[in-house]
Amino acid sequence: MKILVCIAQAPDTTAKIAFTDNNTKFNEQGVTYIINPYDEWYALVRALELKETGVASEVHLVTVGNAGAEAVMRKALALGGDQAFRINTESHDTFVVASEIAAFAKDKGYDLVLAGKESIDYNNASVGATIAGVLDHNFIGFATSLDVAGTTATVKREIEGGEETDTATLPLVISCQKGMAEARIPNMRGIMAARTKPLNVVEPTAVAALTEIVAYDLPPAKTGVKLFTVDQMDELVEALHSQAKVI
Amino acid sequence: MSVLVFVDHTQGSFKKKAFETVNYAAETAKRIGGGDVTAVVLGTVSNEEINQLGQYGATKVLHLNDARFDNFSARAYAKAIAAGVQQAGAKVVIVSYNVSGKAVAGILAAQLKAGLVSGAVDYPQTDNGFVVKKTVFSGKAFAHVKITSDVKIIALVPNTFAPKKGEGAAAAEALNVSLSDADFGITKVAEDVVKGEIPLSEAELVVSGGRGLKGPENWGILEDLGKAFGATLACSRPVADAHWRPHHEHVGQTGGTIRPNLYVAVGISGAIQHLAGVNSSKTIVVINKDPEAPFFKAADYGVVGDAFEVLPKLTEAVNKFKAAHN
Ligand SMILES: Cc1cc2nc3c(=O)[nH]c(=O)nc-3n(C[C@H](O)[C@H](O)[C@H](O)COP(=O)(O)OP(=O)(O)OC[C@H]3O[C@@H](n4cnc5c(N)ncnc54)[C@H](O)[C@@H]3O)c2cc1C
Ligand SMILES: Nc1ncnc2c1ncn2[C@@H]1O[C@H](COP(=O)(O)O)[C@@H](O)[C@H]1O
Repeated sequence: MKILVCIAQAPDTTAKIAFTDNNTKFNEQGVTYIINPYDEWYALVRALELKETGVASEVHLVTVGNAGAEAVMRKALALGGDQAFRINTESHDTFVVASEIAAFAKDKGYDLVLAGKESIDYNNASVGATIAGVLDHNFIGFATSLDVAGTTATVKREIEGGEETDTATLPLVISCQKGMAEARIPNMRGIMAARTKPLNVVEPTAVAALTEIVAYDLPPAKTGVKLFTVDQMDELVEALHSQAKVI
Repeated sequence: MSVLVFVDHTQGSFKKKAFETVNYAAETAKRIGGGDVTAVVLGTVSNEEINQLGQYGATKVLHLNDARFDNFSARAYAKAIAAGVQQAGAKVVIVSYNVSGKAVAGILAAQLKAGLVSGAVDYPQTDNGFVVKKTVFSGKAFAHVKITSDVKIIALVPNTFAPKKGEGAAAAEALNVSLSDADFGITKVAEDVVKGEIPLSEAELVVSGGRGLKGPENWGILEDLGKAFGATLACSRPVADAHWRPHHEHVGQTGGTIRPNLYVAVGISGAIQHLAGVNSSKTIVVINKDPEAPFFKAADYGVVGDAFEVLPKLTEAVNKFKAAHN
């Protein structure tokens, strides 16, 4: 069984969020990029576990991004995985990213395509589903566990207010979240091995974007906290009622 | 221009979020020059329930009363909705930004070659193209995204607008689509739903605890406050990691993202990764014994004090308030 893991890079969670060029571009100055946490801790680590237990034969990693994304791909390779592919274009349009990944995956016989549930920068939570749509594969979103036996996957997924267990026949696209695996730290051997693993560059099929970000803005700053003492709980409740109007 | 809205149901009944999306679809139709508002309903739902959609602004309902849809299979759902889009001639498709809406929206984007804005927090602006505001950077900023394709999809963050009930009535019509069993490739084998509680993603009031509560045995005082408010419980990540509380309560960057009217954070420091999941809450109350806790910077109201002392008093005050206002 072959697994393809979709890896997005994302600004480190403590990065300062600011914009330039008249609020049309994200200010990358001083920002360090990490592997999108859902892709790393859940999709990638679970794929590696499936390989380690002999369920999967190969794990490939794919990203859609420019050369700047290679550092993050090396980090991902240091955790494990056999080969990485970078599709050489940058876009924040779901349709472009998913179409490029689907075009790459189409004839390569991946039984499972794993994505994170959401990128922590653009928060679309949709690339996985759109890949499934382009490939006309089944899709299970927001999975919290994944096992495979033969050609059948057993997947737990989040539903409103709980969880549901599903089975589905491969090939399958899954978006992964918390619960799927435990975070790992790459070891020295992995880091050394990653240096010589292939990081292939694939030219894009040049799908046209269907969306375009025209501007960014920041939420209005909070005006400051209003403090109450332990003996002013009635006043606090009254404020929640008459000022905030939430109760 | 005609607008289509996918209306999600739970075992045959609509939740508030469903009415919110229908309202949003109706308002969007108005803003883009008027037209039909077609609701798509899949699976077993009574006519009585469906009739309510008209009151929230649907002019037409396409109902596919096929029990195969009683279990969620994203591919089959998306194919049925795509057929509805064709049938209604819709140019804008609205879904909720929840677990089923997000899955369906992504597949539909591929099938309809439609630009998608997922995580919308406002109505589309049409004075310069079709532009929708959405959250980015986990609630730390907004992006205004222009959709340039013919068909456009919007996934609306739940709890953005309060649904308003009106007078209208919708005409029911059958949805014409034939799906093979292969389209329903997902088989449900078990379900584990927390009964009786409003799910976090829908809760208007949330009471949340962090490591400051010291241990699972102390959650009783938080539960009491939750009950007084009628709130759903949440927690910080270390609390879920230590198995003090179930995983589905964990909010933040790696847990759930919520947008309640009221978020009460007790014994939570306010780390940036925690805030990422909750800073779209309309009102935030922080209870922490450390006046320097970063959470106070993101708070509207605060109490500097020991949770074990504050919580019982706050619960009492809420109960007193409720008794006086009922
Ligand atoms: C990549 C990444 C992702 C993460 N994702 C998440 C996430 O999704 N969600 C999340 O929550 N965290 C997340 N974290 C962890 C986050 O950084 C913090 O470590 C975590 O939120 C801290 O939890 P806490 O506030 O409960 O505990 P602490 O930071 O230990 O804070 C406890 C607070 O309780 C107060 N306190 C102590 N005793 C009392 C008392 N008696 N009465 C009142 N107050 C008291 C203290 O003053 C303190 O402010 C993530 C971290 C990383 C690196
Ligand atoms: N540029 C990209 N390259 C590869 N995978 C991506 C890219 N963008 C998003 N993904 C994958 O899709 C998931 C959901 O992203 P999004 O739909 O943007 O929230 C991520 O967790 C990644 O697994």
